[in-house]
Amino acid sequence: MLDIKGLRAKIGSKEILRGINLHIGAGEVHAIMGPNASGKSTLAHVLSGRENYEVTAGSVTYLGKDLLAMSPELRAREGVFLAFQYPVEIPGVSTTYFLKAALNAVRKHRGLEELDAMEFLTLIKDKLKLVEMDQVLANRALNEGFSGGEKKRNEILQMAVLDPALALLDETDSGLDIDALRIVAGGVNALRRKDRAMVLITHYQRLLDYIVPDFIHVLYDGRIVKSGTKELALELESKGYDWIKSEVAAVH
Amino acid sequence: MMASESKEQYLAAYRQTQSHVAKRVPAWLSDLRAAGLASFDALGFPTLKNEDWKYTNLEPIAAQSFVRANGEAKNLSASDFVARSMIDPTAPRLVFVNGIYTAEFSQTATLERGVVVASLGEFIAANDATAASSLGCYASGQHQPFVALNTAFLEDGAVVSIGAGYCAERPIYLVFVSTAAGEPVVSHPRTLILLGAGSEAKIVESYLGLGGGRYFCNTVTELVGGPDAVIEHYRLQQESDAGFHVSALEAHLERGCNLTAHAVSLGGALVRNNVRVTLDGEGSRCVLNGLYLADGKQHIDNFTEIEHVKPRASSLELYKGILGGSAHGVFNGKIVVHKDAQKTDARQTNKNLLLSPNAMVNTKPQLEIYADDVKCSHGSTIGQMDSDALFYLRSRGLGIEEARSLLSFAFASDVVGRMKIESLRQRLDDYLVARFGSR
Repeated sequence: MLDIKGLRAKIGSKEILRGINLHIGAGEVHAIMGPNASGKSTLAHVLSGRENYEVTAGSVTYLGKDLLAMSPELRAREGVFLAFQYPVEIPGVSTTYFLKAALNAVRKHRGLEELDAMEFLTLIKDKLKLVEMDQVLANRALNEGFSGGEKKRNEILQMAVLDPALALLDETDSGLDIDALRIVAGGVNALRRKDRAMVLITHYQRLLDYIVPDFIHVLYDGRIVKSGTKELALELESKGYDWIKSEVAAVH
Repeated sequence: MMASESKEQYLAAYRQTQSHVAKRVPAWLSDLRAAGLASFDALGFPTLKNEDWKYTNLEPIAAQSFVRANGEAKNLSASDFVARSMIDPTAPRLVFVNGIYTAEFSQTATLERGVVVASLGEFIAANDATAASSLGCYASGQHQPFVALNTAFLEDGAVVSIGAGYCAERPIYLVFVSTAAGEPVVSHPRTLILLGAGSEAKIVESYLGLGGGRYFCNTVTELVGGPDAVIEHYRLQQESDAGFHVSALEAHLERGCNLTAHAVSLGGALVRNNVRVTLDGEGSRCVLNGLYLADGKQHIDNFTEIEHVKPRASSLELYKGILGGSAHGVFNGKIVVHKDAQKTDARQTNKNLLLSPNAMVNTKPQLEIYADDVKCSHGSTIGQMDSDALFYLRSRGLGIEEARSLLSFAFASDVVGRMKIESLRQRLDDYLVARFGSR
């Protein structure tokens, strides 16, 4: 589904991704872990088309297409979804209104009929249950005054509505208390599907107690330095990231 | 024409009016007018050297000669302005055409108990004591040339009076239509709003220009909120592209009075709105919400002043502007906390969105604090569209133009969403959708 080869990207003059290679198949859940400032969030943003980053080398093939040549909106319409670490607050527009506009843009691109207000209401009611979110919250201005947990649940709600093929979850666990984490993870698990790949970006092992990945990669200094299965997370948990850092230092 | 010369036309017009109607006017009114004229004569039109007017060049108004209104209502029908003025067509209303009360368009048959809504002209004709004792007490022309000018030509306008303890459940609409046909017309409507103790009302002033010609609407509203009164005041300004508009809202709030004043400026070539609220009662509270949208070569200046005179009063101000083309916006937010106004809570925010490289805005907070136990904050932003927000929307599948439209709409709708009159909110939202092309 997703093939990343030799991907390098910089912001300003600072190179952040220094040659990423990663293959993700349909239905797989990959976790990308790593210490702060290792390039995890940059990878997610580069994949979803953030213009602040300049891709200097490498390729990304998504469902056989050149992902890097697409605008952010085209990627979204083609089924790439990014759950933001810091969802943006937009006063003056409700989640429901915004999400209906987004879904219809996506549906139009996929050759599906646009939903009217009633059809959308039925759809969103169902998805709200998934993240235990109240209709009242969805009618409020997008993320404005939402708690950290509410914002993250709203991200998962959007993912559920937009029905992506590839979901990138950027530190979805950060800042969540255990109850909110359970709800968010429950929503994510319910959305796991044979034809949908997920990439969990996280600093902590904790999230992986709730969403069990098929593969784990450790990103450090702009490169994937270690890959493994879920046992790798436990090793990281007990040894910490310093273990990786010293291992990398020994190689270079 | 120099500003000093252009002043002459008003002095001459005044002398002419005097000789025609002096006999029919009560003495208190001729005195008030004379005082207004004297102040205007002394002040003249403000120039950019005047600190309170430094960003707004009034030369276009000063240099233009205007005539007073004269029977333009004849060729007008209600359908010309009812929908556009965004009023509820079934609600009580007074309609003024070029500043003159027009009974045939007005609806005052179904007023609620304790509610008086009538033209100021009728009050003057009846030599009404309330009008005599209130007019000019709150809006003083001494330092404000346009209030002075309005007072010198004070003739007609609206009076809304709510008796103590009464609640006007239905909004009251005051519609000021400028026809802008033929010679440039000037109007000086004057509105008096009096709320008794514990009363409640929602009052909408809607200003609208119809023709394409030049005109000047110089309007003044005096509002007095008695103890614990609750007032929602709305000013909706949709003058035409060639219209000049200068307004003043002078509000005086007594103990525990609660005023929310919304000001929406959508039209006009050159616009200046003065809002001054005096929190002259303990625990009084005002909320000022403003929205200004300017395009082309429009100039819209909002000058707000909040005077915290008594303790424990609060003010919360939010003004937002969207400027495109080569439009110029101005926001001046003055807050004065007097020596006795301890425990004042004053918060002020001004946010501006610039849609084009040639649009410009001047924003200036002005805090004068003479008490020592107060909370005051202010902040202003001027910016292009937030790139984080744009990316967020695009990452959900919205195209870049659609995302921009939605963000402009959202920026403005944030202010509109604070309005309590649902029908007006809906009409304004529809307007914003049409203007920003979202949905």
